[in-house]
Amino acid sequence: MKKMNKTTKSNMVTYLMVIVIFIAVQAMVATGNVSSLLQGLLVPLCAYVILAVSLNLTVGILGELSLGHAGFMCVGAFTSAFFSKCAVEAIPAAGVRYLIALLIGAAAAGICGIVIGIPVLRLKGDYLAIVTLAFGEIIKNIVNILFIGKDSKGFHFSTKDSMSLGLEDGGTVIVNGPQGITGTPKDSTFVIGVVLILVTLFIVLNLMHSRSGRAIMAIRDNRIAAESVGINITKYKLMAFSVSAALAGVAGVIYAHNLATLTAQPKNFGYNMSIMILVFVVLGGIGNMRGSIIAAIILTLLPELLRGLSDYRMLIYAVVLIVMMLFNWSPKAIEWRERYLSRFRRKNNKSTKEAA
Amino acid sequence: MMKMRKALSAMLVAAMTMSLMAGCGSGSSDTGSSSGTSSAKEESSDEAVFKIGGIGPVTGGAAVYGEAVKNGSELAVKEINEAGGINGVQIEMDYQDDEHDAEKAVNAYNSLKDWGMHALLGTVTSAPCVAVGEVSKDDNIFMLTPSGTAVECVQYDNAFRVCFSDPMQGLESAKYIGEKGLAKKVAAIYDSSDVYSTGIYEAFVKEAENQDFEVVAAEAFTAEAKTDFSVQLQKAKDAGAELVFLPFYYTEASLVLKQAAGMDYAPIFFGCDGMDGILAVEGFDVDLANNLMFMSPFTPTSEDEAIQKFVKDYEEAYGSTPNQFAADAYDGIYAIKAAMEEKDITPDMSPSDICDAMKEAMVNITIDGVTAKGLTWEASGEPSKEPMVVKIEDGDYAVVE
Repeated sequence: MKKMNKTTKSNMVTYLMVIVIFIAVQAMVATGNVSSLLQGLLVPLCAYVILAVSLNLTVGILGELSLGHAGFMCVGAFTSAFFSKCAVEAIPAAGVRYLIALLIGAAAAGICGIVIGIPVLRLKGDYLAIVTLAFGEIIKNIVNILFIGKDSKGFHFSTKDSMSLGLEDGGTVIVNGPQGITGTPKDSTFVIGVVLILVTLFIVLNLMHSRSGRAIMAIRDNRIAAESVGINITKYKLMAFSVSAALAGVAGVIYAHNLATLTAQPKNFGYNMSIMILVFVVLGGIGNMRGSIIAAIILTLLPELLRGLSDYRMLIYAVVLIVMMLFNWSPKAIEWRERYLSRFRRKNNKSTKEAA
Repeated sequence: MMKMRKALSAMLVAAMTMSLMAGCGSGSSDTGSSSGTSSAKEESSDEAVFKIGGIGPVTGGAAVYGEAVKNGSELAVKEINEAGGINGVQIEMDYQDDEHDAEKAVNAYNSLKDWGMHALLGTVTSAPCVAVGEVSKDDNIFMLTPSGTAVECVQYDNAFRVCFSDPMQGLESAKYIGEKGLAKKVAAIYDSSDVYSTGIYEAFVKEAENQDFEVVAAEAFTAEAKTDFSVQLQKAKDAGAELVFLPFYYTEASLVLKQAAGMDYAPIFFGCDGMDGILAVEGFDVDLANNLMFMSPFTPTSEDEAIQKFVKDYEEAYGSTPNQFAADAYDGIYAIKAAMEEKDITPDMSPSDICDAMKEAMVNITIDGVTAKGLTWEASGEPSKEPMVVKIEDGDYAVVE
């Protein structure tokens, strides 16, 4: 333990935190101490944690603002749900099917990330924010006019309505415009979700501390200096952004395979959702993966746990957001926190010295 | 810096696990307190209560419908409780918000399950209803949706609905127009981003092939652009449509009527149950709606005694005229009551046993409600009732048939 350097130790703490929470929750589920509300929330929580961590890669490490993260999630969700619905008979084994769905969702979202990134990431300034904002809305609208059906002759596409697909008898409509995809197999489980969180963390943390990661952070800190030492700016930016998009696609896969119906509405895939994910990142600390995880968990659980307060819960939720923001970022709060924690810290210092 | 971060994160982890625990704690204390209240009731009336859950949007864009269902069902529950309850057992209702979101609806469902729900009245809107249907099937909990119109809402045998399905409305509208010979050339305007509107439109066009009229124009709009309909109306006018079919809600329809009047276009306008409420739109000139026809299961101005009483009580309690959502919910609660009485269900049965009994009971009961007389159900979950066509004359609703 002593030989480990600081970053490895910090990473281990993050992994450990996820595993400890997982074991604690599993233990409580096994002993029947978890309400069904909370059990139903476990899988969405995994999806939101992955979203927060992946967006933190763009916002915190790459230093670009993305306002269309829900759009990548939407791409991942719909492509994977489409696949699963088609393959439900061909591949009866849920595990294999889910694995392929994950790869498809991640790949589709990653490709969208690259397509957007190639022109936009060459520019200086906040263009990425504008383009991703538009991307999210475009994806939502495209999905809402898309009709895809399947019969013995293969796939039929239309952007008008499900009748113009011209399906023969016995053909099924898979993507039904605004009604989305209905009847996706419910393959997401909490265990898979946690494994995917760990995989996401592994990818992001290792990228951060690799040679490429240092290049990415150099671009964030000073673009001109980074360019002057010969770092290929577009390449590294694109790398971070597409990885972030692909991981958001993974979160979309989890989301899509948890509910029986998948519709693209402003509520779940609109810019509101993108801002929500950004809130997770900002409140948890930009560039701080552990903070993102904690913020995503707290902010997803909070409105559900406040259900008892009915209409007041949104008010309280907003107040909590403001309080958290002040506690995390206001200079006075930081000062107070340092003073309050200094005793604890000194003790901690002493004990580590003694141990050494 | 690192140390401080570590300390902070330790604190946050602690806070989070606390909140998790608190969640469970409050969950269990919730059930504790509710069982406490029910046991308190037990002492007073020697009996437990029926717990009926409700799910619908009471915040967000679809809140109007959720509120109506909430009010309608509360009114019915109050009446039943005052009249002595179901077989002498009182009803307790808990209505949860789903914000018209499938994910939130499942959360609401789970939280009702923790509360100990015996049967569910919900959910109000279609997409959440399909998602909740999937989980309620696994738990085998009885659900009756007052207004979930999509076909998949009642795909499992534990789910029933009070309203007409989307295809049914489209089909009946086309049949009515064809059989009455209202027009030879028909145009349809629909909201392509809305499940309800698209569902009706598709069934309407499909049935139109069998009827003696032709669909000459089919124009779509989306939720993002629902204030200007002049393009769609102009196309309908150019195609020579004598009747324009408007399968969407009354707020947009009021604009369509206004803009049609502005361009001197006066075909017959024909709507579906979403048209109900158009006369109450603020700033809307009622004269424009003259001769507007729509298919509706419920008209607040009906002479019928039960409807008169319902409308009066509702207006007294909530200060507004009930729409068909409230009426559907009101009938839904009475249907649950009738089914429970049919099988002599008691609150000490498990929700799954109740569901099995209710499934059998639903096909045997007949309700004289506010949305229909002699309302019965098929095992598929669909209600069988006759749609009524309402025509607006002199600023008031009049039933045509």
